[in-house]
Amino acid sequence: MIRQSGNRFSEKIIFKQEHEDMVTVTMKILRLAVMALALLTSSEASVRAETTLRIGLSDDPDILDPSMARTYIGRIVFAAFCDKLFDIDEKLNIVPQLALSHETSADGKEVTIKLRPGVKFQDGEPLDAEAAKFSIERHMTLPTSFRKSELASVDHVEVVDPLTIKLVLKTPFAPLISQLTDRAGMMLSPKAVKEEGDKFGLHPVCAGPYKFVERVAQDRMVFEKFADYWNKDNVFIDRIVFLPINDATVRLANLKSGSLDLIERVLATDLKDIRSDPKLVLSTTPSLGYQGLTINIANDKNKGALSQSEKVRQALELSIDREALNQVVFNGEFTPGNQWISPTHPYYQQAFPIPKRDVAKARALLKEAGVALPVSVDYMVSKGAETEAVAQVVQSMAAEAGFDLKIRVVEFATTFKESQAGEFQIFQIDWSGRIDPDGNSYIFMHSKAPQNDGGYSNPEADKLMEEGRLTGDFAQRKAIYEKLTKILLNDEPIIYIYHRKYLFAQSNRLEGFKPMPDGIVRVIGLKLK
Amino acid sequence: MLSFLAKRLAQLVPTLFFVSILIFSLQHLLPGDPALVMAGEERDPAVIEKIRQQYHLDKPIPVQYVYWIKGVLSGDFGQSLRNNMSVLNLIAQKLPVTMQLGSMAIVIAFMIGIPAGIVSAVKRGTLWDYGANLFALWGISTPNFWLGIMLIFLFSIELGWLPASGYVPLSENWRASLASTIMPAFVLGNAIAAILMRHTRSAMLQVLESDYVRTARAKGLSERSVILKHAMRNALTPVITLGALELGTLLSGAVLTEQIFSIPGFGKLIVDAVFNRDYAVVQGVVLVTATIYITLNLIADIAYILVNPRLRA
Amino acid sequence: MTDAALDTIPMADSDELESPARRALRRLMRRKGAVAGLVVIGTFIVLALFAPVITPYDPIATSWTLVRKPPSALHWFGTDDLGRDILSRTIYGARASLMAGAISVGIASGVGVPFGLLSGYRGGFIDALISRITDAMLACPFLILAIALAAFLGPSLGNAMIAIGITTTPIFVRLTRGQVMGVKVEDYVEAARAMGNPRWRIALFHILPNIMPALLVQATLSIAAAIIAEAALSFLGLGQQPPAPSWGSMLNAAQRFLTNAPWMALWPGLAIFLVVLSFNLVGDGLRDALDPRER
Repeated sequence: MIRQSGNRFSEKIIFKQEHEDMVTVTMKILRLAVMALALLTSSEASVRAETTLRIGLSDDPDILDPSMARTYIGRIVFAAFCDKLFDIDEKLNIVPQLALSHETSADGKEVTIKLRPGVKFQDGEPLDAEAAKFSIERHMTLPTSFRKSELASVDHVEVVDPLTIKLVLKTPFAPLISQLTDRAGMMLSPKAVKEEGDKFGLHPVCAGPYKFVERVAQDRMVFEKFADYWNKDNVFIDRIVFLPINDATVRLANLKSGSLDLIERVLATDLKDIRSDPKLVLSTTPSLGYQGLTINIANDKNKGALSQSEKVRQALELSIDREALNQVVFNGEFTPGNQWISPTHPYYQQAFPIPKRDVAKARALLKEAGVALPVSVDYMVSKGAETEAVAQVVQSMAAEAGFDLKIRVVEFATTFKESQAGEFQIFQIDWSGRIDPDGNSYIFMHSKAPQNDGGYSNPEADKLMEEGRLTGDFAQRKAIYEKLTKILLNDEPIIYIYHRKYLFAQSNRLEGFKPMPDGIVRVIGLKLK
Repeated sequence: MLSFLAKRLAQLVPTLFFVSILIFSLQHLLPGDPALVMAGEERDPAVIEKIRQQYHLDKPIPVQYVYWIKGVLSGDFGQSLRNNMSVLNLIAQKLPVTMQLGSMAIVIAFMIGIPAGIVSAVKRGTLWDYGANLFALWGISTPNFWLGIMLIFLFSIELGWLPASGYVPLSENWRASLASTIMPAFVLGNAIAAILMRHTRSAMLQVLESDYVRTARAKGLSERSVILKHAMRNALTPVITLGALELGTLLSGAVLTEQIFSIPGFGKLIVDAVFNRDYAVVQGVVLVTATIYITLNLIADIAYILVNPRLRA
Repeated sequence: MTDAALDTIPMADSDELESPARRALRRLMRRKGAVAGLVVIGTFIVLALFAPVITPYDPIATSWTLVRKPPSALHWFGTDDLGRDILSRTIYGARASLMAGAISVGIASGVGVPFGLLSGYRGGFIDALISRITDAMLACPFLILAIALAAFLGPSLGNAMIAIGITTTPIFVRLTRGQVMGVKVEDYVEAARAMGNPRWRIALFHILPNIMPALLVQATLSIAAAIIAEAALSFLGLGQQPPAPSWGSMLNAAQRFLTNAPWMALWPGLAIFLVVLSFNLVGDGLRDALDPRER
């Protein structure tokens, strides 16, 4: 550095030269840092011969606590680590899982359940009658438990012997065993529950084939094979990682590129692409739920035409061409329907098939009802590309019959409140479906039911819904529900439009995957080539 | 200098206070009941009531605000309504992700924006100027979600070169980590590149007309030397400080980009929380990012003054 | 000196003196990028205004037999997932986007500039208060504020415009304030005060006209940002309601069909790109043209 006699110019040169040296030094340090970082991280994890199944989910589950969980997507994750008392097979029959058998007393008020011997929880604790009683009671009594309504019919649980429990009911309730094939029947380790309380969901301990390792919210959930699982001979994969990816196109892209092995909720419009890809396998099975239009009958402050006369509602139904809708929005892949269960379900009433579109009859009905055309209706739809497409199709079709459906896209979070408050005239809403047909009907259409937002009330229908719960006999129940269907198809509190299919795509490396009627992935028997 | 610092620090408190009020009221004025959202399909009135009580949702809004602020001041940012995890934990989990994405984006922005700005200034009025302009401008002219979708389509679906989504932490596998973040970082960096280009351009123009550079030219130094060694040094300092400020723009852009690329960072966390009415999460994250942003502003201003002695007076 | 002598001194010819606006316009026209931008914007405005006359099809007319058809002679841009003509929807979408840009910035400057004037000119406690609130708004991520506001007001194009307008306001407040503080020490302001002008008059007639150039540049650039913001909100489902078209909601619907029907995403994306790029070019051009340093 040559110091010259001060004038501003040379000062600047000095400044610049010092600056220059500073910059050079900084660059050198940065270069060293980058090299060090590269060296540190270049040692990749030693390759173990461990098989990992990577499953792509359409959303991130909520709490991994069976008592507090409330999302459908959570159930898929539970199936990997939390076994329940009973399970279902492809034909919707109840089969043993942690329990071997169940017996209902003659008066229907006592259900005796025999547990499987030798089962351990993932923390080593044994599954015995005390643990089973503890789990069920926790589902029933935890203040923030969402399983209460499912177990509402249970009065108390008794321990008969170390491997047998007895549920004593307040009233007979045929759907109870079905409830025990879902979260209400999941067994939790009492030790873990006592330690964690309502934080159990952050480190859950159950009795399923895989045990919880870690969860990074919105990124992944990792599970490892549980060495002492009761059915460990049929568990072949070492690790399962669930990856929530909201965008269906991206999910599929990941599957195609090999970053995922199995994805759920494939778009109906992607099926053609998957079928033509030799590296992918498609599996479908009908969903237990339905998609339909809930009509506000009793709670409509504006007393719109739809709420006043069932003729108007019937007219609306007749204006919809379900086949065309299925074709346009879903490439014909889903199943049109008109009852709260799909036409492929054993309880579907063949006596009432899906009506064909009949615009003339619709117009005639509207004339009979004496309403002025066009009938203006507030049509609430929850945000989502597919639901909005369906809404626009319905709107377009109904227009020909004289309806002016004003689509109002509402954020999912707001729909619950608006629906509860009766702030809608039509609400297009899905129901994910329950194994027992009562689970698709009672809570929406019984006058005192909590999710009956439309306020539908018909004492005859109420009686039939209550009757249907009392007996477990298939033929008897079907006959009762036939009478119920007749009434409902006349009153039209909900216009059912279609039933989804559970659409799974997998890489052909995965063997042994069979989609089940509830859409939940069973991990037993899965192998990766 | 010290008085300047003191004054700015004193401004920090009321600003953060307003941020807290702003984000709190915005959240609580949103339609929809978070307890109902939590319940989803399982509508059990007793349980919903219990949830409301537990999270003080049944109290009037000012009271809820007090509960929240008291918690924040004692280090408890509350929990996510959706998955029970502590908000601070969520933030700690996701901060490194967004930091990595953000730093890569800024590096890309510098690599695109600064050369474009220099070329544009030096060759002002020529085709080079317009070309460089366009090159940098298209970053803020394309909606970043559209660019992201197009990139996924091209590089993941058609070419299969890069993973379509997901995030691999740097510590796990740096190659995979780079592969998973390069596309979203590019999408984010693009937008900032344009802003950097503008700053660089105007700074360079200013410097190129200054006495300092005129003297350098008069001395007979080559044009290249003038630009590279002398002009750039002076011009870049303010640009670098301004670049750091773009962290704020970054988070805004990250909101949609992380959604599309399924990157588990702040952006995705916030968007999902807003749509799920997960109040505590939105409030906590916004408070944290606002603090970071304001602090960065402060540091940038100080750095600017330190480097530019004339402003110290 | 007699009046006659004064009369013989020739006055400068009026068209040798150029008004600042004229000079700016001349310089703007020299920048090819800005000119191109103006042409594009003008074209889109014409398209939007005359949409009902020029579109070949009704933008919301569905057709079950023409679902997702690629571009052809009948449908130049192809059809979307409900059989609607994409060209018609794109042209109508211009209305939503251009309106969103103009109205949002209208709100932002209409609210922001007065507050900025107030804050900059008055100073003191009001200045401190407004500045802190503005800082607070700027510290929150812009899109989050916009999403929350739009969700609060209810999903609709109008509410999206209001939401974007409100979240853009702090930028105008801060800009105006900065400009005012620079200008209020100028001589002509001092002179105006000395002449006894009330404060509001000074602000409106002396300060505002002189800071207009900077505001104009910012307004142009903000329109560009507002159009993108509207597309983002519509993409998230918070903007234009179906079946009315908007470029953002068209992109939202197009996402599921990237591999099946890429033309659904191409045209609205291109439209947004062209319009926003044009506004950016014009804004940059204006900034150069209004730059007092340039001759």
